[in-house]
Amino acid sequence: MKAASRRLGRILAGTLLVVAAAAGAAPFSDSMAQRVLACTGCHGPQGRAAADGYYPRLAGKPAGYLFNQLLNFRDGRRPYRLMSELLAPLDDAYLKAIAEHFAGLELPYPAPAGAALPDDRLRTAVRLVRRGDPARSLPACASCHGEAMTGIAPFVPGLLGLPPDYLNAQLGAWRAGKRQAQAPDCMAAIARALAPDEIAALSSWLAAQPVPQPARAAAAFATPPPIPCGGVAESAAPPAATGR
Amino acid sequence: MSKRTALVVLSALVVCIAVTALWVVWINGRGEAPVRPRPASMPGADAALIARGAYLARAGNCIGCHTARGGAPYAGGRPIETPFGDIYASNLTPDVGAGLGAWSADEFWRALHHGRARDGRLLYPAFPYPNYTRIDRADADALFAYLQSLPAVAQANRPHALGFPFGTQAALAVWRALYFRPSSHTDDPARSPAWNRGAYLVEGLGHCNACHSARNALGATAGPLDLQGGLIPVQNWYAPSLAAPHEAGVADWPAAEVVRLLKTGISSRGFVMGPMSEVVGSATQHLHDADLAAITDYLQALPPSPATRPPVDAVAARSERGAALYRDHCADCHGDRGQGVPDAYPALDGSRTVTMASTTNLVRIVLEGGFPPSTAGNPRPFGMPPFATVLSDADLAELLSHLRGAWGHRAAAVSALAVARARSGSGR
Repeated sequence: MKAASRRLGRILAGTLLVVAAAAGAAPFSDSMAQRVLACTGCHGPQGRAAADGYYPRLAGKPAGYLFNQLLNFRDGRRPYRLMSELLAPLDDAYLKAIAEHFAGLELPYPAPAGAALPDDRLRTAVRLVRRGDPARSLPACASCHGEAMTGIAPFVPGLLGLPPDYLNAQLGAWRAGKRQAQAPDCMAAIARALAPDEIAALSSWLAAQPVPQPARAAAAFATPPPIPCGGVAESAAPPAATGR
Repeated sequence: MSKRTALVVLSALVVCIAVTALWVVWINGRGEAPVRPRPASMPGADAALIARGAYLARAGNCIGCHTARGGAPYAGGRPIETPFGDIYASNLTPDVGAGLGAWSADEFWRALHHGRARDGRLLYPAFPYPNYTRIDRADADALFAYLQSLPAVAQANRPHALGFPFGTQAALAVWRALYFRPSSHTDDPARSPAWNRGAYLVEGLGHCNACHSARNALGATAGPLDLQGGLIPVQNWYAPSLAAPHEAGVADWPAAEVVRLLKTGISSRGFVMGPMSEVVGSATQHLHDADLAAITDYLQALPPSPATRPPVDAVAARSERGAALYRDHCADCHGDRGQGVPDAYPALDGSRTVTMASTTNLVRIVLEGGFPPSTAGNPRPFGMPPFATVLSDADLAELLSHLRGAWGHRAAAVSALAVARARSGSGR
């Protein structure tokens, strides 16, 4: 009798599991992952291409960088209405918690999708990434984004694992003043100094690089950053304007 | 017509215009006491007065308009978009050149009560002085003391970008002659002290009707007591009626849930979204419980109007496609029966946002997603993803029409055209 009821219990439990799986719904959990479904709906777990552009991956990016971007969208330095409106009612403490949630996710990167570059473009890209161009006061990308180009915690993002169109769009937006960061806006100065064909070469090269697994950001700058960046120096303190 | 008749008609016309002009001028200055200028040295206000002013500034959400996105608090510069052009909120910090650093308490009172700036210019009613005229002098002085205690920010005021003739003082004088009279709050002895306090906050400082009231072609509401709902111009959010039971009336809510909504942004009867999210986040969450209870008293006592829901010609039909879309995109959070999750996701079964005659908010919330505000009582709200990039106009119309006919709802269908309009109206 006891054994029979245990078996019945197992069958019932099994049926329930099957029903839950068929419904495909993750049960509600009082968690950050549940709270930020508003983000992952567009960004997906690893970034997602949509009809209106590319929603970059959030998982594993440095927390300070993500927090700065959330502030930049909410406070109008990065103009994208959908993001600005979504974040408008959220305070600094919550945005920080959201940034830390995504920074803590470790998900594998897909294989790079980039095509092979012609030799001259390849040389241009590698030169800019590794050495920069001292004649134009252009620092090497790697001097801030890390030797492995996987970023430097907590403020500098990695540049690998992103599609070339997204990288082109960001550098273009910085050149045109459509994307801004806290002053001094180092990336705006760098993007303005780069020629369009250099931007294209960099984007293609970056997108073609395999991403090391795990793609962790370096813990700290090995040498001080070559140029001052508002997003790196002062962003630990949220701007006074919008805290409540 | 003889020359003489023409002359008589012309003279009569000139006299009429002159009399009207004189009336406009007279009515605009009527009842204004002379103002004393700021004394050469103004003693600092005491801490209690400043603290009271800070609380009142919260209640009026002054910071909401008088701070640019990402800008210094109270330094102005935020555009208030109106159908007549953009009005830039002014710098309220005590900077002498750019802000209120040269103002006296009298001049500040006159701005609130009469809508007139320090230099005598008439102010645009985007600054809601048709409401603020009901603030009493002691509160105005406390607000002034608080603003004077802020760090001065030398950010020059941006000139308004208004089309002709709306940018002229003459047009403004005519508007005021038609729609503005200075007034004040007087307690109704037949009502409780709490109700009277609620009336003072809702009709005056809280300026609730600046959004929750329809505006006519000249941008005027029917007055601070009208809370019957209206479309917020340019922003295109519908601020629902606070009196109508089928919109946002709260007469039948437990009082504690009204207080909770204003304090935390969520309640068992609904959540705030859109512009009200900002209001709760920066204003009402900071109010004392007694004031929230007073506001609740007042809102619950509003005469329900119109008491019955306007009839719907054809109730939206439920559809297989709509039900499938609901299962795929909504049911994980809002539940397979639209029951929601307490304090996380609002129930859609019985939701007035779903069934209201105006579908503006419903369509926008699904297109753009959103969060209730982060508040001390709900610091990490659950969010709704935007579906603008996921659902086509036709699918969204199908889904929303299905919801407006489901679970016993009796609302009209939503057309794909309405969705397309909302999409383009909000810039996408």
